[in-house]
Amino acid sequence: MPAKENLPAPPALPSDPLSPLLDPDFARKLLEQTLAVAQADATELSLHTGSSALTRFANNGIHQNVAESQTTLSIRSVLGGRMARASTNRLDPASIAATVARAEALARLQTPEPDLLPMPGPQRYDPLARSFAASLLSPRERAEFAEAMVAVARRDQLNAAGVVANHRAAQALLNSQGLEAFYEETGAEYSVTMQAADSSGWAKATSTDAAQLDFVAGAETAARKARLSANPVELPPGRYTVILEPAAVLDLLGFLFWDFGGLAILDQRSFLTGRLGARLFGENIQFHDDVRHPLQSGAPFDGEGMPRQRLTLVENGVVKEIAYARQTAERMRREHPEIPAAPTGHGFPLPNEYGEAPLNIIMQGGEQSLEQMIAGVEHGILVTRLWYIREVDAYKKLLTGMTRDGTFLIEQGRLARGLRNFRFNQSMVELLNQVEALGVPVRSSGEESFDMVVPPLRVAGFNFTEVTRF
Amino acid sequence: MKSLAQRALDTAMQQGAGYADVRLAEERHRSFTTKNGRIGHVADAESHGLGVRALVAGSWGFAAAGHLTPEGVDRAAAEAIAIARASARVQARAVTLAPESPHCAVWVSPCRIDPFAVSLETSLDLLFAVDRELRSVSGITLAETGMEFHRSRQWFLSSEGADQEQTRTLSGAGFAAYSFGESEIQKRSYPNSFGGQHQLKGYELIEELRLLENARRVAEEAVALHRADQCPQLTGTLVLDSSQLGLQIHESIGHPIELDRVLGAEANFAGGSFLSLDKLRHLRYGSELVNVVADARLEHGPGLGTFAFDDEGVPAARADIIRAGEFTGYLMSRETAAQIGEGRSNGCMRAESWNRLPLIRMTNISILPGERPLSPGELLADTDAGVYMETNRSWSIDDKRYNFQFGCEIGWEIRHGRQVRMLKNPSYSGITTEFWNSLDAICSRQHWTLWGTPNCGKGQPQQTMGTGHGAAPARFRNIKIGGAYAR
Repeated sequence: MPAKENLPAPPALPSDPLSPLLDPDFARKLLEQTLAVAQADATELSLHTGSSALTRFANNGIHQNVAESQTTLSIRSVLGGRMARASTNRLDPASIAATVARAEALARLQTPEPDLLPMPGPQRYDPLARSFAASLLSPRERAEFAEAMVAVARRDQLNAAGVVANHRAAQALLNSQGLEAFYEETGAEYSVTMQAADSSGWAKATSTDAAQLDFVAGAETAARKARLSANPVELPPGRYTVILEPAAVLDLLGFLFWDFGGLAILDQRSFLTGRLGARLFGENIQFHDDVRHPLQSGAPFDGEGMPRQRLTLVENGVVKEIAYARQTAERMRREHPEIPAAPTGHGFPLPNEYGEAPLNIIMQGGEQSLEQMIAGVEHGILVTRLWYIREVDAYKKLLTGMTRDGTFLIEQGRLARGLRNFRFNQSMVELLNQVEALGVPVRSSGEESFDMVVPPLRVAGFNFTEVTRF
Repeated sequence: MKSLAQRALDTAMQQGAGYADVRLAEERHRSFTTKNGRIGHVADAESHGLGVRALVAGSWGFAAAGHLTPEGVDRAAAEAIAIARASARVQARAVTLAPESPHCAVWVSPCRIDPFAVSLETSLDLLFAVDRELRSVSGITLAETGMEFHRSRQWFLSSEGADQEQTRTLSGAGFAAYSFGESEIQKRSYPNSFGGQHQLKGYELIEELRLLENARRVAEEAVALHRADQCPQLTGTLVLDSSQLGLQIHESIGHPIELDRVLGAEANFAGGSFLSLDKLRHLRYGSELVNVVADARLEHGPGLGTFAFDDEGVPAARADIIRAGEFTGYLMSRETAAQIGEGRSNGCMRAESWNRLPLIRMTNISILPGERPLSPGELLADTDAGVYMETNRSWSIDDKRYNFQFGCEIGWEIRHGRQVRMLKNPSYSGITTEFWNSLDAICSRQHWTLWGTPNCGKGQPQQTMGTGHGAAPARFRNIKIGGAYAR
């Protein structure tokens, strides 16, 4: 049955927004300086500035603790249908002039590219505020959050490892055609692994607003999983009903969406080649791309400054829309007029060989909590997290990888005990035809893919092929 | 430049560091690619900055800044101190460093042809010629070629008196041919996947690779794979080419011997290691023919893991990792060497750039070639039945480095010493020590290649590092083959 529209509720009201990090007039002056020395037909300036910090702990103590700040300037020059990019982190006039000269010199030495489009002119962007004071964590505050997570480990005689991180970043994209795009964002993250003698548990969360993160709750979740999975037993490999927690879902899904771009289709490197418009997945599968979703993050414009549009990627299992950069849309219309194509604002910075991709994925879910989903499984396996996932077969979307940090046997609707970790070899096309239940979507973060808003899934016949030694 | 590094060091010590070091670097990167007769990208990037690492009351702090002014480096040094003080709030144990003499030197890696002085036209002419040759083969649907060059000049100063300047030039190039059929995408890469071959060399590497001469053969193999039989599922003899063996070393020897993993520092991300301390000099890692070294010295070859000093100032070294099958050594830092009671680090601390903290990373982790003369042809002729595989396509291993599975781009069935039929989608899997103990033949020095793996990820924030892996074709018995496609 098709799932009903069920996007997650917006988070609680954010903490105080911050004043801008990047002054638009500063970016405009840099563009003026750049254009004053440029000889190209058109010039684009991309400016990134910001700072980030990460406190890392292991063996119940902080062992690495880092911070950095940097501003980089990147220049794209177009001359007579030829294009190149040069970048620097020196912002004095001589370095800017030298960077412009490097970009133009590299462009001049190429043969003209007949498909190259003129740079876009001014665009309209709706406001998007994602910069929060709560995410400006000091070294001491990061250490205190780490200390609180370590305290959970010490209480339970576990060994904690993890991170507390935050960043603040701003970007400006301006070009000689009058386009101006600005965006700022803060971010915060924790992840924690709790280790016992023969078991472990893990939790991770990210947000633009650190006030939305409950560091201790994450530590408690990881500790509970470590305790519950003690003395793991080995189950033979085979096909099992599994419940994949959101982090496992997104790390698998991450391998799909690089193929949801027009250039991947034109190149015939996408698993969607010849499958656009087909019902490829189960009718309960719906994917959108929406940078403005309240749980998403990232700039509302693409590498050329085109506004990102909301896409319905998959509806009732049918591949409906894919992403297009401007140049790809033009080429698709010319080479495949039967395929409707228009720029969607998902292009990577030019020049590049990959075109575009949707990177703000929302998977529609259901209403069941994870606990309710577990209660509905007679015999199956709960997977907390996956690891070292790689593509075995590009067209079947056959992926391999391992389970990690919390793999449980489910018996009669309850977590019965911990299991040794499995290797899987699973086609994603097959998996998305075997989804039996979807839980409530959440913003989720793993280690193999970009963050997404995804639900936990119950999947029939998940293909575990080997068991490891722990 | 060096005076700014000294200023940062002095500031860190004045503000209370018990030990500090500073790396100041200038970096340059150029890359270009082609795709189906068009430019993929042409880009040139430069970056400079400084990273300060400070030890206060036995805890570390690190801060990096791209703003190289007196005020900017002062701020970075003060921030490193503040961070170290915050670290001390949650201290598991006070850090001590294994002793190291303060070395002073200037070193420049060998580079016969400066890649940044070679015209873009020359490079693109070669890549477009390769591209045309690939696409001249009927059935090729996508041709990709690329080159990249990197140069870093780094100053390292420490509060113990080390004063080192190193310049390293790296080059890489390769191509890939794709063939899309009705329901399958097949790909062949040359000379390796991961963008080809990468070494500590100048443009001379590009000239040595014979890219154009190999384009047609590789493209024809990509197309032929559509007609090839599926690799069967069996347990039997496996022969690997040297590039795939290089990645096998990387994943199932190089990572588990990192002592920070063993001691738990990477438990939250990259994972741990099955090589607990009790296994040192007590574990039979492989057969008698398995001799593996970690060697960052130029004498080992121009690898991505070749340098004069690591990023905490320890001279490049050679360490025995596996000697005649016995596990004999870890990759260490000064901190971890002291922690396990080793007298001295073997120099494996490396940072991706000036803005990243040095971590224990692989240098050149290489299996030594066989001592008796043996060519790949002779190895296959000596194999009664098995599967020969070339060029990595997929790679995966668990977080303690026991269970692995690799897929390769192409395979051949071996019967009575001959390659009798091409096999598509070959894969193999196993448990690390069982696998290395099943090695029963390895080709000799003449067939040994020092491969570059440019994309090794580790650490939080994640760092990408280039590592070197010398390997020769080798044979393994009783290996599980074809399991990736088992239904």
